[in-house]
Amino acid sequence: MSELRISEADLQALVDGRLHDDRRAEVEAAVAADPALAERVTAYRAQAAALRAAFEPVLEEAVPVRLLDATRPRRRRVWALAAGLLWAVIGGVAGWAISEAYRPGVQAPRAQEPLPLRAAIAHAVYSPEVRHPVEVGADQEKHLVAWLSKRLGAPVRAPNLESVGYRLMGGRLLPGESGPVAQFMYQCEKGTRVTLYLRTEGTDHGETAFRYADEGNVHVFYWIDRKIGYALSSADISRDRLNAVATAVYKQLNP
Amino acid sequence: MASAMDRDQVVALIPRLRRYARALVADAGAADDLVQDTLERALGKFHLWRPGTDLRAWLFTIMHNVFVNQIRRRRDSAAFDEEAMALPVRPSHDGALAARDLQRALDRLPSEQREVLLLVVLEEMSYQEVASALGVPIGTVMSRLSRARGKLRSAMEGATPSARLQVIK
Repeated sequence: MSELRISEADLQALVDGRLHDDRRAEVEAAVAADPALAERVTAYRAQAAALRAAFEPVLEEAVPVRLLDATRPRRRRVWALAAGLLWAVIGGVAGWAISEAYRPGVQAPRAQEPLPLRAAIAHAVYSPEVRHPVEVGADQEKHLVAWLSKRLGAPVRAPNLESVGYRLMGGRLLPGESGPVAQFMYQCEKGTRVTLYLRTEGTDHGETAFRYADEGNVHVFYWIDRKIGYALSSADISRDRLNAVATAVYKQLNP
Repeated sequence: MASAMDRDQVVALIPRLRRYARALVADAGAADDLVQDTLERALGKFHLWRPGTDLRAWLFTIMHNVFVNQIRRRRDSAAFDEEAMALPVRPSHDGALAARDLQRALDRLPSEQREVLLLVVLEEMSYQEVASALGVPIGTVMSRLSRARGKLRSAMEGATPSARLQVIK
């Protein structure tokens, strides 16, 4: 048997099937003659197969919306929207402040900003968050609900939306115009998110109808039940789908 | 500006970028962050890509640069970033279970060895392609590959390799 010199690179190339036919035959023969080499080649091939098998499922996963967004030239639209809405609010508040400053006499009770607009801003700001989408996670749901109820001064609940494909991620406390407001965030398997925004209304409105608003590219369904205003927002799903989720929320809160 | 057709080509490659990133970075959310940064960077300099050349190679080159920058930045603020990385961003499903064992062993490899191994094995790139994506000589690719395989083998052989392979199927 002829003594062949096998380089380390030959061995790697054999594992990867990257040797030319002639060379491959030589290297294979040399490996066959050396049990230690043969064992290494077998181990490396098994290792490669294990790596491929372990990460193969990633190829089948739905691509997260934010990655698709990243390939669009105007992927800043969510942020642009948030910025736009913020300017609208600032403009509104400034306008209000100026008119108020020139108004003599008694201060009228201040009207709240429209519910869907505030909800859409909160949605646009927090729903793209990857690492910190919520302040308190769903694993501490009891604590989350108790905390938000206490801060809002009214019992709030985080509806269970698994029947419509959304799982609670958690929630956070936000500053409203006249006090704390709450936001719950939900995510579906594909990674789309909806947020439920809750705030206490100054006066008891009884029960209002289901309403719909488009704030930029954020769809919002909203309604007021007694002293709490609810708004469900999403930028990722269709109006019909959001309507189904909103209906589920409403039914759970008003059994 | 990228045309719609170019964009489709980029979108078609996203699953492969994600697979590589997932193996490269243990945390799924951080892996998608890496892909997102890569796509944004690619879009920003799309005029530099010459149609007809290999889009995959170009994207993986960009991802390598983004990755190296991240590591450099992390080194500067190690404590902070490690905490952020530890946050579970997305629930892992069954398929991720098998990946986790390997991932642990992969994580112990130096990142430059991990990159080479994954580009060769998962992306099935030629050694030359790997060399140009990473901007190193082909000899360096070969020595990193050899070391990565040796280390991964000893890390995995701590447990029972045959049982492990059955789990993975």
